[in-house]
Amino acid sequence: MDVAVWAAVRRRPLRFLVSGWPWRVWALLVGGAVQGALTLVVLVVGVLVGVALSAVGVGLAVLAGTAVLGVPVGALERRRLRLVEPVRLADPHRTPARRWLRTRLRERATWRELGYAAVLSTLFSAVGLVFAAGIAFCLMLVAAPVFIWAVSPDTVMLVPGRAVSGPADGLAASAVGLLGLVVAAYSGALLAGAQVRLARLLLTVREQDLGAQVVELTRSRARLADAFEAERRRIERDLHDGAQQQLVALGMTLGLAELELRGQDGPAAALVTRARGEARLALDQLRALVRGIHPQVLTDHGLPAAVAELALRHPVPVRVDLELPRRLPGPVESAAYFTVTEALTNAAKHSGADEIAVRGALDGDTLVLSVTDNGRGGADPATGAGLQGLADRVAILKGRLTVTSPAGGPTRLHLEVPCSGS
Amino acid sequence: MLRIVIAEDAVLLRAGLAELLTRLGHRVTASVGDAEQLIRAVDEDRPDVVVTDVRMPPEHRDEGLRAALYLREQHPGLPVLVLSQYVATAYATRLLGAATADRGGLGYLLKDRVMDVADFTDALERVASGQTVIDPEVVRILLAHRTADDPLRRLTPREHEVLALMAEGFNNQTIAHRLTVTEASVVKHAGNIFMKLDLDPTEGNRRVLAVLAYRNSTAEAPSGAGPQSTRS
Repeated sequence: MDVAVWAAVRRRPLRFLVSGWPWRVWALLVGGAVQGALTLVVLVVGVLVGVALSAVGVGLAVLAGTAVLGVPVGALERRRLRLVEPVRLADPHRTPARRWLRTRLRERATWRELGYAAVLSTLFSAVGLVFAAGIAFCLMLVAAPVFIWAVSPDTVMLVPGRAVSGPADGLAASAVGLLGLVVAAYSGALLAGAQVRLARLLLTVREQDLGAQVVELTRSRARLADAFEAERRRIERDLHDGAQQQLVALGMTLGLAELELRGQDGPAAALVTRARGEARLALDQLRALVRGIHPQVLTDHGLPAAVAELALRHPVPVRVDLELPRRLPGPVESAAYFTVTEALTNAAKHSGADEIAVRGALDGDTLVLSVTDNGRGGADPATGAGLQGLADRVAILKGRLTVTSPAGGPTRLHLEVPCSGS
Repeated sequence: MLRIVIAEDAVLLRAGLAELLTRLGHRVTASVGDAEQLIRAVDEDRPDVVVTDVRMPPEHRDEGLRAALYLREQHPGLPVLVLSQYVATAYATRLLGAATADRGGLGYLLKDRVMDVADFTDALERVASGQTVIDPEVVRILLAHRTADDPLRRLTPREHEVLALMAEGFNNQTIAHRLTVTEASVVKHAGNIFMKLDLDPTEGNRRVLAVLAYRNSTAEAPSGAGPQSTRS
């Protein structure tokens, strides 16, 4: 990305001189001289005191404090740079809940900022001083005619040995001063741009820091997925041990009542029979619900058995070739199971297939699974909300879910999930 | 009157079952909550029939089924009725596979069937008398959709119905009654079924089931991947 001040110079080199740009550039540079000088003092004192006291524990604390000096300097610089750069530089630091110092010392950004502080306190403060002096001198030259006029009839020597007689003579000096200011404006723009570049390099978010944040984010998503998985299992167990048993017991009691009422004509017997039918219906619905949350056969027997059961229930013949040497991690099992469920459902609904094949095996530590039907294809994976959700679920496990469905078929769903856990 | 041992970990259901069977004139000698107690109770009581849940403590997996298979080894011919919360053909396959050798009664029913009190007690009594009773849901799945080369495709719809009822464990007389046909025609259908499936007619319904289950387990579920893998 380009630097705003350089762009301004390139766009209209002359207009630049009469705009507010030079003043902002100078403000930045001269301000840098002040800030740099103060930083230098603190840095030097901090390091000296720290080293001197390092035999005592306090010295280390002082050094640590000095090391994070770049943080406030960086924060101030990011603000100051907005004088010449409209695009705000993002704060590269995380917001720690506690242990501020420890977090900061572990961040690369802190050390980059310290580096920036070192450059600022030496190079930029020196440059700033030169600019301050230069600009002041140039302004004085520009103002020479006024000065000469003010002190007349006394004379002034602008160049040693040659007295200036009147204000008109000072115009030459003014010209030199203006020329100096022009030079100061352009060179200041150059330096300010360089400072922006340096700040972009050292004071803001970097890709690799972002990488660390993404990893952290992925981990927390994976933790969340694990928690959901555990919760699903818990709900399944609760429904199985609680509601389902209660309903069976209720049905049994109603069955007994029916038995007792046998032979009696009247509404009571019919009502009890109806109640039993309703209890059964509730039980069927509950079972279907549990199957959608987390099927018991998956919990009890693992993926191959659960997929075999799915295949047996499926309206279209399904060939299963799925052999695994061991149980897989829970989240992998259920992601794979629900992927197969979704694939089978889609195949039955849309493909017109009359045969489906589920194949799967462990390749090293990765579960590789595919569902292929012999249907007409042309399925658009983007339209399937179920499939999208599954792809997200698989992505959290660092796996991949791909669907190919050329017109005319076959539709093939391919799943790869590492089982090492994340 | 049958002497029965019940193993079921859900207290409510255990008590309900015991009450039900007692009311119907049977004697529940023990009702227990896990597989270990079941094995002990059978050793002590020598019941006529065992009713056990598949899923029991401590692992809540297939402890009941394993206990049933163990009991069959220890007491050959002991009739066992296994109740399951959900239909798992893997369970049925294991049960049938392990118990085709001896003649004792064997049953695998969905737990909901206890709600049909009359059917349930009928099934229990048939198991106690040495027959094999398999849940219609399991049978339906075992007989469902076949691939093109499956010999089951050669059966007529009527033969299919007869096979399903045979697999559930009904005798010819009951099948004839249910389908409102004569017993003679059931025998004829059965003969055709055995012929088309290459089975020996003298082997009875358990053999039919075992063949069905075996074919299922090899064609559609991998051998050794399901139940065995949970024995960790």
